[in-house]
Amino acid sequence: MSPSVPRRADLRLIAELVTPGGRVLDVGCGDGTLLETLETEKQVEGQGIEIRNNRVEACMRRGLTVIQGDADTDLPDFPDRAFDYVILSQALQNMHRPREVLDQLLRIGRRAIVSFPNLGHWRARLTLLWRGRMPIVETNGMPRSWYDTPNIHLCTIRDFLLMCETLGITVEEGHAVGRDGALRRLGAGTAWETLWTHQAVYVLTRSRRVPNGG
Amino acid sequence: MEIEAATVDFEPIFALDGKLKLQSQVELAGTQCAYQTYGTLNADRSNAIMICHGLTGDQYVAGTNPLTGRAGWWDHVVGPGLVLDTDQYFVICTNVLGGCLGTTGPSTINPDTGQPWNMDFPVFTVADMVDLQVHLIDALGIDQLFAVIGASMGGMMALDWAARHPERVFASIPVAASWRHTAQNIAFHEVGRRAITADADWHDGAYRGLGVKPEKGLAAARMVAHITYLSETAFQEKFGRELPRDSKLSFVLDPEFEVERYLDHQGKTFVQRFDAASYMYLTRAMDYFDLAARHDGDLSAVFKGVGTRFLLVSFTSDWLFPTAESRTIVRALNANAADVSFIEIPADYGHDSFLIESATDFHDVLEGFLDGSARRRGLKP
Repeated sequence: MSPSVPRRADLRLIAELVTPGGRVLDVGCGDGTLLETLETEKQVEGQGIEIRNNRVEACMRRGLTVIQGDADTDLPDFPDRAFDYVILSQALQNMHRPREVLDQLLRIGRRAIVSFPNLGHWRARLTLLWRGRMPIVETNGMPRSWYDTPNIHLCTIRDFLLMCETLGITVEEGHAVGRDGALRRLGAGTAWETLWTHQAVYVLTRSRRVPNGG
Repeated sequence: MEIEAATVDFEPIFALDGKLKLQSQVELAGTQCAYQTYGTLNADRSNAIMICHGLTGDQYVAGTNPLTGRAGWWDHVVGPGLVLDTDQYFVICTNVLGGCLGTTGPSTINPDTGQPWNMDFPVFTVADMVDLQVHLIDALGIDQLFAVIGASMGGMMALDWAARHPERVFASIPVAASWRHTAQNIAFHEVGRRAITADADWHDGAYRGLGVKPEKGLAAARMVAHITYLSETAFQEKFGRELPRDSKLSFVLDPEFEVERYLDHQGKTFVQRFDAASYMYLTRAMDYFDLAARHDGDLSAVFKGVGTRFLLVSFTSDWLFPTAESRTIVRALNANAADVSFIEIPADYGHDSFLIESATDFHDVLEGFLDGSARRRGLKP
């Protein structure tokens, strides 16, 4: 098996953030690029969930463990703390119930790594402010208009951090991924960070589960 | 061309020492199991794959079936360089308990009477079929199968293997399967059985030696079953409302439409290779199948602590064993954080999609899963 280095900067970063060994669930694993990298580079026992049939097939051709399923509905099946890491990369904004999904990630995983586009970025704000148009967020490199985008629940990094707080989720570390793939450390989600962050990657934990948190 | 089963040599045959204890508590003496193998068992006996055939399948997966003279039912999947690569794997397929191609069943001789068992044969279950296979791999010196794969009834067997003998199965691949036979499944089987017993040549199952067979009943049973194996789309695309002769209605009640003639042909060829009593017993075994029954309906309890890897496959147009059934199994496995893969393959051919040579998506998935499993098992670098 020859691992391909993920093209997406957020995936390369996530691959670095995962500690070796252990079990990893990649929710919305796409064609399995990240899972394959993690299995070869970090010797993890990987499992994926992917909704699109052709992507599931691509994963299976690579010999990866993957379930054709829906993160919005399937996560409650897993037992508590079944995985060392649960990854949700560029998929939070596609979920019908992102809050419930995030809550589930921290239930079934000891840690969750979540990456998402930040709608608070100055480009998005300018688009809305000056052009009066809905900001277009790229999905897998494809710009999609508001009416056909799968990004139905976009948020800013401030929105995200607030949701984590209400769910009793602790941010262990945050990283900003620039359009050119450059990385910066993120702190508490200041106004400045929210303005300049293109994509955010957060490592999350939760010591206790808040029932019906928030 | 009809070949009498009795004239075919079903070697090799495994003869079980002692009795086979059935789920019904009946102990069956003198049990034999006819099987075929393809490829070579490696030195540490870790490369064996058990294929479990469907309701009316047999042990002749690849090569020429001596009974029909035609290619084996999975000849395009099993062989050197194929998906189940016999250059790498040692493939075993048995004629299941109760079958009619060399394994003990209603058509074989009851050692106590010297007569065919007929309807005195005990009712057996899918678990009993699996247990006979367990005895066979014991005899072959195989501690753990690399994989068990089966579709339909064979998928039930692949599930039962993993549920009751998890330590003996590295990977289980139930295809187009279910964790239990549904009310609708049972209903269709009952129609088939009723067609057989309504045949004047049935003679309460004691037709052997009378020079007759309940062929009309068995053919009707097969016709009904065959409809359930295909999809509406498959029927429509293959036959539509086509008429064979000059495309005009003849105003008769005899089979006239292409689809009627096709089903008639299916029924007639089937009775040449299958025994009616076996059909009665095997359909019953499927009806009895309910993995969760031993755990008060809790399917996740069935897989508690299971270490087997799973690949479940369903087909979009399969309405006999629909995707929802496989999904229920996946959810039960997820509840145990088991190592499970699942895919629903887009296919128009219905339940029988697993048999189709052009189902390349299915074959690619199978190959990928086997490769990944072989790496994990240390069979491949």
